[in-house]
Amino acid sequence: MGTVMREKNGKLRISVSGEVDHHRARDTMEQIEEAVERTLPRECILDLRDVTFMDSSGIALILKTHRRMNEIGGRVLVENVPGQAMRVLEASAIDRIISIKANT
Amino acid sequence: MRELNSVKLEFPAKSNNESFARSAVACFAAQLDPTVDELGDLKAAVSEAVTNAVVHGYPEKMGKICVRCRILKENVLEVLVKDWGRGIENIELARTPAYTTGGSDRSGMGFTIMESFTDSVKIRSKPGKGTAVLMRKKLGCR
Ligand SMILES: Nc1ncnc2c1ncn2[C@@H]1O[C@H](COP(=O)(O)OP(=O)(O)O)[C@@H](O)[C@H]1O
Ligand SMILES: [Mg+2]
Repeated sequence: MGTVMREKNGKLRISVSGEVDHHRARDTMEQIEEAVERTLPRECILDLRDVTFMDSSGIALILKTHRRMNEIGGRVLVENVPGQAMRVLEASAIDRIISIKANT
Repeated sequence: MRELNSVKLEFPAKSNNESFARSAVACFAAQLDPTVDELGDLKAAVSEAVTNAVVHGYPEKMGKICVRCRILKENVLEVLVKDWGRGIENIELARTPAYTTGGSDRSGMGFTIMESFTDSVKIRSKPGKGTAVLMRKKLGCR
């Protein structure tokens, strides 16, 4: 379980791993907000490759990041979404407003 | 309905019990030989119900949560998640996708996920008395 940030040429890549649930979400959101504040990127990429479980707390996390990025004129991309997390995102129809790419 | 096996968990409404509860239910469900997708869906549905009890059931005071699992005939798993907390004023409204009283930390998609990932969701609640969420899901469908 962890969150790794990397910034390059206006792109902030945030790799989230482990279980994303309510217990975990607040800390992760604070880390994301702090990194966005510090780097003010054009693009924020949430890389979910190593997420082993996600529930609707993950949806709230993505939506909040999306709103924050909108405020600074940037956008959020969600990438490498594993099967279980993808089913949760599909059930919520969040892909209508945010770019979501499955793990290939 | 006749039960073939059952288990009951009781724990305080602490957020670090959310992962314990969904994993324990998944372990119990393993005897029904579920598919990987079914198990993931079950864990998500249980996580939603238990998180709701923690977050909305007991917003201030600490209370207890009970999770009871039963195996019914035809490979159906039943999960009951119960709290004795704040209760829900308007159940119809609470079930609406994206409805939340939790602010920007919540997505309001909990009941939607429970509904899409199980075969049936029944909610009983009384303001000031508590909430019971009963879910049923047929497992091992290949
Ligand atoms: N156990 C509960 N006790 C009291 N209120 C609840 C409970 N479960 C759900 N609710 C109410 O129903 C609403 C919708 O729940 P849900 O769909 O899980 O969304 P979220 O948890 O993101 O708010 C909650 O915001 C809350 O007002
Ligand atoms: Mg919820």
